[in-house]
Amino acid sequence: MATWQAICDVTELLPNTGLCALLDGQQVAVFYVPDPELGEVCARQVYAISNFDPFGQANVLSRGICGDIDAQLVVASPLYKQHFNLRTGVCLENEAVALPVYAVRISQNKVELAGGVGL
Amino acid sequence: MATQKTLAIIGNGMVGQHFLAQLAASPALRDYHTVTFCEEPRPAYDRVHLSEFFAGKTAEDLSLVPPGFFEEHGITLHLNDKAVAVDRQTKTIVSAKGQHIHYDKLVLATGSYPFVPPVPGHDRPNCLVYRTIEDLEAMVKAAQTAKVGVVVGGGLLGLEAAKALTDLGLQTHVVEFAPRLMAVQLDDEGGAILRRKIEGLGVRVHTSKNTSEITDGESCVNKMCFADGEALETDLILFSAGIRPRDELARSCGLEVGARGGIVIDNQCRTSDADIYAIGECALWNGMIYGLVAPGYAMARTVVADLQNQAVPFTGADMSTKLKLMGVDVASIGDAHAKTPGALTYSYQNGGSQVYKRLVVSADNTHLLGAVLVGEASEYGTLLHYCLNGIELPANPESLILPQQPATPVALGADALPDSAQLCSCFDVSKGEVCSAIANGYLTLGEVKAATKASTGCGGCSALLKSVVDAQLAKQGYEVNTDLCGHFAYTRQALYHLVRIGQLRTFDALLAKHGTGKGCDICKPAVANILASYWNEHILEPVHWGLQDSNDTYLANIQKDGTYSIVPRIPGGEIKPDMLIVLGEVGKKYRLYTKITGGQRIDLFGARLEQLPDIWQELIAAGFETGHAYGKSLRTVKSCVGSTWCRYGVADSVGLAIELENRYKGLRSPHKLKFAVSGCTRECAEAQSKDIGVIATENGWNLYICGNGGMKPRHADLFATGLDKDTLIRYIDRLLIFYVRTADRLQRTSVWLDNLEGGLAYLKSVVMEDSLGLSDELEQQMRHVIETYQCEWKATLADGNKLKRFRHFVNSSQPDSNVLFVEERGQPRPALPEEKRHFKLVGVA
Ligand code: SRM
Ligand SMILES: Cc1cc2nc3c(=O)[nH]c(=O)nc-3n(C[C@H](O)[C@H](O)[C@H](O)COP(=O)(O)OP(=O)(O)OC[C@H]3O[C@@H](n4cnc5c(N)ncnc54)[C@H](O)[C@@H]3O)c2cc1C
Ligand code: SF4
Ligand code: FES
Repeated sequence: MATWQAICDVTELLPNTGLCALLDGQQVAVFYVPDPELGEVCARQVYAISNFDPFGQANVLSRGICGDIDAQLVVASPLYKQHFNLRTGVCLENEAVALPVYAVRISQNKVELAGGVGL
Repeated sequence: MATQKTLAIIGNGMVGQHFLAQLAASPALRDYHTVTFCEEPRPAYDRVHLSEFFAGKTAEDLSLVPPGFFEEHGITLHLNDKAVAVDRQTKTIVSAKGQHIHYDKLVLATGSYPFVPPVPGHDRPNCLVYRTIEDLEAMVKAAQTAKVGVVVGGGLLGLEAAKALTDLGLQTHVVEFAPRLMAVQLDDEGGAILRRKIEGLGVRVHTSKNTSEITDGESCVNKMCFADGEALETDLILFSAGIRPRDELARSCGLEVGARGGIVIDNQCRTSDADIYAIGECALWNGMIYGLVAPGYAMARTVVADLQNQAVPFTGADMSTKLKLMGVDVASIGDAHAKTPGALTYSYQNGGSQVYKRLVVSADNTHLLGAVLVGEASEYGTLLHYCLNGIELPANPESLILPQQPATPVALGADALPDSAQLCSCFDVSKGEVCSAIANGYLTLGEVKAATKASTGCGGCSALLKSVVDAQLAKQGYEVNTDLCGHFAYTRQALYHLVRIGQLRTFDALLAKHGTGKGCDICKPAVANILASYWNEHILEPVHWGLQDSNDTYLANIQKDGTYSIVPRIPGGEIKPDMLIVLGEVGKKYRLYTKITGGQRIDLFGARLEQLPDIWQELIAAGFETGHAYGKSLRTVKSCVGSTWCRYGVADSVGLAIELENRYKGLRSPHKLKFAVSGCTRECAEAQSKDIGVIATENGWNLYICGNGGMKPRHADLFATGLDKDTLIRYIDRLLIFYVRTADRLQRTSVWLDNLEGGLAYLKSVVMEDSLGLSDELEQQMRHVIETYQCEWKATLADGNKLKRFRHFVNSSQPDSNVLFVEERGQPRPALPEEKRHFKLVGVA
C-alpha cells in the first residue's frame, strides 16, 4: 500500500514548469504539463520523477525545460540536456538509464506523492 | 506463472550486464524468470575505464547498472555468490552459498582472468594483477609503502597499468618478453617509437626479458631475476601478461572447450549443449577469444535474438584499436603486420616529433589491408573506413599518411575540413565518422548524435557538428532540414518575422498559430529569446515562465553541482574601490568562491538557488546591476586604459566602453555578444577578436565586426574607419538589430557573417548605404530596447511572485544536502564524489 504525502497546494503548480519536493529524504521533481483535453489541473497532468540527474550528478531536474519529443512528454536536464520521459523516467539518449518515478494524486487541493522506484 | 521458464546467467560482468540490458529491452524478458549469479561483491562495472579509479572515480561511478535495474525488471541477482557446479542432466546450478537453481536456458558470461606466469615466487607479497576493483584497492594499498613498481607485460593493458603505477607515484618499469612493446598490434618501428615516447615519460622499458624467478630483494621487497642473468629490484609487481578464459565450469560439466581454453560456440553463441550459451571473454568462436568488450556485446545481442528464435548470427569482430596510452596516440588496423601475401607497405617516420605511420596495401595497390599509427593517429577514422568498407584507395595511398600541408584557408567551414578533422573532442569523433554515419542512413542531427556520440559530452562542438551534418546532407542531395525543431517547421529567422508581422507576444500564441505539439528545450528558449529581443518584456513574466534555459530562469549561471554563479555588471571593467569592497564582503558573507573573469569583471560562485535573492538584494543596494552573464545578450565591453592614463592612448577607450556597455546591456540576441574598445592600435583590449571591436585612431574610431574567440576563432573584419561617435553608434545599432532579425539560433556574429549571402560587402551596403531602406526601422527598434531596459534582478526582487521560484524545495527550507564544499587555496569549491562520501560519514558520526 502506498502512503501518500501532501507536498503543496495545487496553486503552487505552474503550467509547464517543475518544482522540487522533499519526500522522506528523497528529492522529487514534480511537473505540471497541462493537457487541454483534460481541463482543470488533475493528477493526470502532474508527473513526478527523481530530481537527481544521474549524468550531471546533481539535484537539478525540477529546473529543466519540459516539452514533448516524438510524442513522449519529457524534461531536459539543465546541465547536459539529456531528456527524461516524465511518465517512465527513462532517458531518451540512453535507455539503460531510468529514473525512479513517483505516483501523484490530488486530494483536497493538495498535491500528494507516493512511492519510488519502478511504479 | 507455472509456465514461465528460468533463464540463468552466470557472471555479471560487462558482457553479462549488457546481455541483461538487451534482454530487459526485448519481449523475451517476459518469457523467462531471469536469475543471475555475480561472484564479485558488486554488480557489473566498467572495466574498460578501470584506470579512472586512480583519477578519482569511485566504484559507484564505474557502475554499469542503473539504480533499481534488477528490481524493475524482476531479475533475481545472487550477489557475491559464485556458481560452482552445473548439472546438465537435471539442469541445475549449484552455488557456493548452497543455492540450487533449476534452469531452462543458461548463459555463461564468466569472462577471463589475468594470466600469471608460473615462475617461482609469483605469489610473493605485492605480486598483483589488474582486473577488478579489489585488485585496484590492493594496488593502492601496496603503493603506499612502495617506491618501485614493475608491470610484467608490455601490451595494451600493461601500458595502461604502467600509467596507473606512475600516477600512484612509483618509479615504473615495464618488462616485456617479446622484443617490442604491443607486439600484437605494432610492428618493430612502431614499437620502437612507442618505446621512446614512453621512456620519455619516465617509464623504463625492458624488452626481450624472460623472468625466471622472483625472490627477496635487498633494497626493495622483491627482486626479479631474468633468464639473461640480469635482475631488477622492485616493491610491487603487476602481472599483465594476457588473459585466460574462465572455462572451469564448462569443463567440469563436459562442454566442449578449445585446446588452449575457451568455451566453444557457434554463430548463435550456442555451446555444445543447445540450451547453454557462452558470451564474452570466456567464449571461443572460430578459434578466437576476443579480449575486447564490443565483440562480447555483439554476442549478447545474438543470444537475446536467439531466445526469440531470431537469427542475428555472430560472425566475428574487427579488432582494430585506437587508444591513448600514457598520452601517446596508438592505433592498429587490420593486417598491421603485412602478413597478407604480396602486401605492399608505405611508411612515414618523423624522428623529431616521433610519429610513425604505416599502411599495408593490397598487392594491386587498390585496397587498404591494415595500418599502424604511433604518436599521432588522427587518420584512424578515415583509414578504418577504407579498410572495413573496402573503399578504393587514391592513386597515391601515401597521401593518406603524409602530413597535411597547412590547411588551405578554411572557406565556409564544414566542407573544407578534412575527413580526419576531429569534430568532437569529448568522444573523439572525426568528420569522417560523422560522414560515414550519414552514409549509413543516419539522416538527422539527432540520429547522427546517437550513432556517433558526437556532441553528447560537453556540447561545445554542437554548432560545428550541425554545420558538418547540414553540409554533408546537402552534398548527398538530401534536402537539409532547417526547421528549428519538430515543433516548428521554420528557421529562427522566419519565426522572428512571424512574431514581428503577427505581433505575437507569447510562445503559446506562436505555437498555436504556427507550430505543433508542446514545444521542447530547443524551441522554447529560442522563441523566448526572439520575444525578448523584440518586445523586451521581463523574461520572468508568468507567460514566459518555463521557456527559459536554467540560467535565464534563475538569472544566474548554473554550475556542475546545481549551484549558481553571480556576475554583476562592471561596465568597461572600471570599478570604484568601495564597490570592490562590497563584492568582497558579499563573497565573504555567503562563502562564495571569487574569481576575476576573462571579461574584466568578478564572478562569485557557489550560491544556492535560495540564496540568490538575498545576495542580489545586497548587491543592488550597493549600486550593482545584473551582468547578463546568463543570457544570450551583451556580456562585456572590454576596455584598455586609454588616453586618460596611457602615454600612447589617442582617445578615451574606457569612457566609450562604458557608454557602449550601458547602451546595449540587456539586448537579447541570437547568441551572446562581446565588445571591446582599444585606445590605440596597440590593441590592448583585443577588439579584433570581438563581435564588435572599436579602435581609436588619430582620425576617429575604426569599427571592426564579427570577430570571435572561443572554439573557432575568427579575426574581425574592418567595417568602417575614422568614424565620429554618433556615426559609430548608429552603425552598431543597425548592425545589431539586423543580426537579431536574421541570424540562426545560437549563431555568433562570426558564423552569421560567414553564412550571409553577399558577405561583408552586402552588410556594408545595408548598414552604411541603407540599401534595404531599413535603417530608420532598425534604429527605432534599438531605441525601444534601450528605453525599456530594466535590471532583471531589480525587477525580480520587487515582485514576490517571481521570487517564489527561488527556493529548492516547495515543502521544506532545508538546503540541498548534495551541495557540499571543501576548501582549496583558501576558497570553497564543490566536493568531489569521494569527498562527499567522507563528509556523509563524518556527518553521521
Ligand atoms: C566566467 C568566464 C571564464 C573566466 O572565469 O574568465 C567564462 C565562463 C563561461 N563561458 Fe566563456 N567565459 C568567460 C569568458 C570567455 C571568453 C573571453 C572573453 O569574453 O573575452 C571567451 C572567448 C571570446 C568569445 O566568446 O569570442 C569565451 C568563450 C566561450 C564560449 C565559446 C564561444 C564561441 O563562439 O565559440 C562558450 C560556449 C558558448 O557560448 O556556447 C562559453 C561559455 C561559457 C559558460 C557560460 C559555460 C556554461 O554554460 O557554463 C561559462 C559560464 C561560467 C559562469 O557560470 O559564470 N565561453 N568565454 C568568462 C566570463 C567573462 C565575463 O565576465 O562575462
Ligand atoms: C584494465 C582493463 C582495461 C581494459 N580496456 C579495454 C578497452 O579499452 N577496450 C576493450 O574493448 N576492452 C578492454 N578491456 C577488456 C574488457 O574489460 C573485457 O573485454 C570485458 O570486461 C569482458 O566482459 P565479460 O563479461 O566477458 O567478462 P568480465 O567483465 O570479466 O565479467 C565476468 C564476470 O563473471 C564473474 N564470474 C566468473 N565465473 C563466475 C561464476 N562461476 N559464478 C559467478 N560469477 C562468475 C566474474 O567474477 C566477473 O565478474 C579492459 C580490461 C581491463 C581489465
Ligand atoms: S591600447 Fe593603446 S591606449 Fe590602450 S593601453 Fe594599449 S597602448 Fe595604451
Ligand atoms: S567536444 Fe563534443 S561534446 Fe564536448
